[in-house]
Amino acid sequence: MFGTGLIVFRETLEAALFVGIVAAATQSVANRTRWLALGAALGVLGSLLLAAAMEQISSWANGVGQDLVTVAILGFALLMLAWHTIWVSSHAREMTQDARRLGSNAAEGAGSLWAVALAVAMTVLREGAETVLFVAGLVSGGTEGAGSVMLSAVIGLMLGVAVGWLIYTGLGKVQPRRLFGITNVLILLLAGSLASQLARTLQQADWLHWLSDNAWDSSSLLSNDSLLGMLLHGVVGYDASPSQLQVLFYLLTSVLIGWSARQIRLRSTRA
Amino acid sequence: MNKSFTYAAIIGVLLTPLAHAADNEVVLTIKNHQFAPVEIKVPANQRIKLNVHNQDNTPEEFESHSLNREKLIPAGTKAVIYIGPLKPGRYDFFGEFNPSTAKGVVIAE
Repeated sequence: MFGTGLIVFRETLEAALFVGIVAAATQSVANRTRWLALGAALGVLGSLLLAAAMEQISSWANGVGQDLVTVAILGFALLMLAWHTIWVSSHAREMTQDARRLGSNAAEGAGSLWAVALAVAMTVLREGAETVLFVAGLVSGGTEGAGSVMLSAVIGLMLGVAVGWLIYTGLGKVQPRRLFGITNVLILLLAGSLASQLARTLQQADWLHWLSDNAWDSSSLLSNDSLLGMLLHGVVGYDASPSQLQVLFYLLTSVLIGWSARQIRLRSTRA
Repeated sequence: MNKSFTYAAIIGVLLTPLAHAADNEVVLTIKNHQFAPVEIKVPANQRIKLNVHNQDNTPEEFESHSLNREKLIPAGTKAVIYIGPLKPGRYDFFGEFNPSTAKGVVIAE
């Protein structure tokens, strides 16, 4: 029973941290809660559908169908995060003007909220489908009572959501002026983390061959299964033994998006 | 050299690895939340194709930190996981959904 809760917690944690961070990043945007809730709801709905289709999907593409779907989900989420970051940068000038005039930054990111919502949907979908399959398997397996399985699943889910809430409220305590910079960096790291997982999936399915050796192995220092390891995985994409390609994808993605956003912001504020 | 030729050449180079199929195939079954065989001996420095067959009526997640792999295998399905090329050594793997019983190791030599 404890194991069930722990696995659900672990699956929930990554999505909850993701939502917590983007919720903090879009804090002052009008209708933000509605958009994020819509994204999460879509993700949950998608999880049920994806879980139901997983048996078929697994056999696609000579046994790597699931990786194909994962690549699509990760790639789309990454694109949405990149779009949001670039959009916000290109409107930096209006935003600072609005902020001066209204004493707030209410317009910040409003035009790209749909992209954030879709990124949330993709993240919830990816973690959610696994959780649904796991819990459904336990219930149908019948070694544990359905009631006890559901109870531990709900506890694990709530604990995961609670940690997401904690990071959200923690970021909420940061001064608004600083918060923008911090959440910008966090979103770049989330994008890097998505790219790193994308690289691993591509290698697992044998679509990319290069740089498959591990870049390092810090599992004896901080394992993926430890609480801190899980938290760092969710926030900065920590992996105890990533392949070299994962590290390359991570760095390239976060640097490339960050650099483009900076160039666009400079140009937009200068104009 | 014209541009489209350059692009075609780049795409060609990028796709080259796709042309080589992995020669080493290993079958791994999951039954009663246990892996069989528990020890998989594979040649070092070569790519290995793991054919994982989950014969249970519950899903399992093949997971290995040292192999850097993680893949869900729904109930009663087969999935393929590519690993390696590996340096000689031992690489533990486990079933995330049944970590107390589903354990195994890949030995590259």
